[in-house]
Amino acid sequence: MYVAVKGGEAAIDNAHRLLADRRRGDRSVPALTLEQIAGQLALGVDRVMSEGSLYDRRLAALAIKQARGDMIEAIFLLRAYRTTLPRFGHSEPIDTGAMLVERRISACYKDLPGGQLLGPTFDYTHRLLDEELDGDPTIEAGDKRTDPQEPVTRIADILGAEGLIEEDETAFGEPGDITQTPVEFPLSRAMRLQSLSRGDEGFLLALGYSTQRGYARSHPFAGEIRIGEVEVEIFMPELGFAVPVGRVQLTECQMVNQFKGSAKAPPQFTRGYGLVFGQSERKVMAMALCDRALRAEELGEDIVAPAQDQEFVLSHCDNVQATGFVEHLKLPHYVDFQSELGLVRTMRAEHDQVANDVAFEAKEAAE
Amino acid sequence: MNQHHRAANYNFAYLDEQTKRMIRRAILKAIAIPGYQVPFASREMPMPYGWGTGGVQVTASILGPDDVLKVIDQGADDTTNAVSIRKFFERVAGVETTTKTAEASIIQTRHRIPEEAMTEGQVLVYQVPIPEPLRFLEPRETETRKMHALEEYGLMHVKLYEDIARNGHIATTYAYPVKVEGRYVMDPSPIPKFDNPKMHMSEALQLFGAGREKRIYALPPHTEVVSLDFEDHPFEIQKFDKPCALCGAEQVFLDEVILDDRGNRMFVCSDTDHCESRRADGHTGAVVQETI
Repeated sequence: MYVAVKGGEAAIDNAHRLLADRRRGDRSVPALTLEQIAGQLALGVDRVMSEGSLYDRRLAALAIKQARGDMIEAIFLLRAYRTTLPRFGHSEPIDTGAMLVERRISACYKDLPGGQLLGPTFDYTHRLLDEELDGDPTIEAGDKRTDPQEPVTRIADILGAEGLIEEDETAFGEPGDITQTPVEFPLSRAMRLQSLSRGDEGFLLALGYSTQRGYARSHPFAGEIRIGEVEVEIFMPELGFAVPVGRVQLTECQMVNQFKGSAKAPPQFTRGYGLVFGQSERKVMAMALCDRALRAEELGEDIVAPAQDQEFVLSHCDNVQATGFVEHLKLPHYVDFQSELGLVRTMRAEHDQVANDVAFEAKEAAE
Repeated sequence: MNQHHRAANYNFAYLDEQTKRMIRRAILKAIAIPGYQVPFASREMPMPYGWGTGGVQVTASILGPDDVLKVIDQGADDTTNAVSIRKFFERVAGVETTTKTAEASIIQTRHRIPEEAMTEGQVLVYQVPIPEPLRFLEPRETETRKMHALEEYGLMHVKLYEDIARNGHIATTYAYPVKVEGRYVMDPSPIPKFDNPKMHMSEALQLFGAGREKRIYALPPHTEVVSLDFEDHPFEIQKFDKPCALCGAEQVFLDEVILDDRGNRMFVCSDTDHCESRRADGHTGAVVQETI
């Protein structure tokens, strides 16, 4: 006997209790602390901060714990919290030239003012599983610079002094905010960069990769990648000057791309730019490749590949939107499916009828 | 039903008043231009995009403490996502909720319009996944906005014509496009085409919210809503062979329920409130009669 489906509410409550149980796992194993997550899974925390558009390591660590390590779920948790925060204003443009760099490399010059500084990188590690890490081996502290650091000039500024690279755009007035205004295409570069900076690392990585393989090739050089802390300042109208409100760690990538010149511009290098919270070189490099590809129209290039297509890239790079819509297919669609069932049955009946008629006629003709 | 205690640390109905004001402005514009998609600065909600964030933002912006809210998904009040959204508003707004269509001042819905005709003063809020009726004919927003502006809907008619030429039918059974007041072609959200006629000249205000796509549109009460068709292939709604197996209702939309793995099935009302109130009034269907 059919029993009408009831009790959705109890089912949901039970499911969430089970989720909490599975999240905690074996009770004889100590629970993860947020300090452990923020300290030892720091790059995961950085990704959640940057795609969650909220600079708060503790909350990002909490989100990762709550999401059981599901990064996109953690990003979603952080975004949903962020949206409840009031927006007080915007900072002054940060000066990455004044960054206290922990890592800074350039693929363009062998040596340069400020030097090449490898910093804490996976580069040149041999990817051999280290069984010693299954435990708590003693780890010696890294060397630290003792002399006070001079500001490290940005490569783009060195090239810029000679006019070899296009000038940076100068921003005027209040920048747009993709979280406060509905997106309408075409987007300004500032809005595109906001969108890319919170865009999904994997999606941008694949698109950036596609430009290297010939789908909108841009002849990129990693002009510079730098990671470090910068000061954030906010202009106070009451005081008449900007005051620092804190420091954030950022990763910046200046991609230098070949450009033959056009009717309007002389031959010079062009820029692709990437900037994210925390430490994520892969993300900024992919972002810089995508930024450059998306400038095709402005630079008079033919739009021939997906990575150059604003609507395609920017409408699909947000993983919180993407996962919501892909996963909504789990929701009931009984009504629409019923409608389709009805149509398919009607069309099959008509198809059978036609087949029968043909068979009947063929039989009659044979007799 | 019971008055719920509202969660203390959120603003009434979750959204801050600035955001509500922004959304109300979009709603007013949408009402002023029936069927036109108004862009709005959709917020990130504590439920996933694609799960009703547009409808939830519209409801949150129009909800007052005296409102009575009903939430349905697939016509039913107790499908999981309907339960979840109802609980959300109980928690953040503390409003009274109901499953009775006639008692609700606001009904948020996904994929259905209630069977019982809605009346003056009621608001129906639709959750919309893809607000652009031309999206699958032309993926670019920049193009489709132009097409709407120029009232360039030939592509849609060609699509419907090709359906008929290939299959003998218009192969669209839900999210069937409509024309509003002879001007804008509009996506009615993925309701079955069975429900399309209920939108026409409805006494209720109908609001459509698409959160991920950041669009709001509306049908004010008594608006002309015509399903697209051809003179020789007029628009038709689905028909069911049998009445509801539980309440015996005819001319309602039915869900097919599989009873076993031997091909036995029955058809029951998709609108659970309608079915329950009919049974409470003494109507019975085939299954109920058999077991008595």
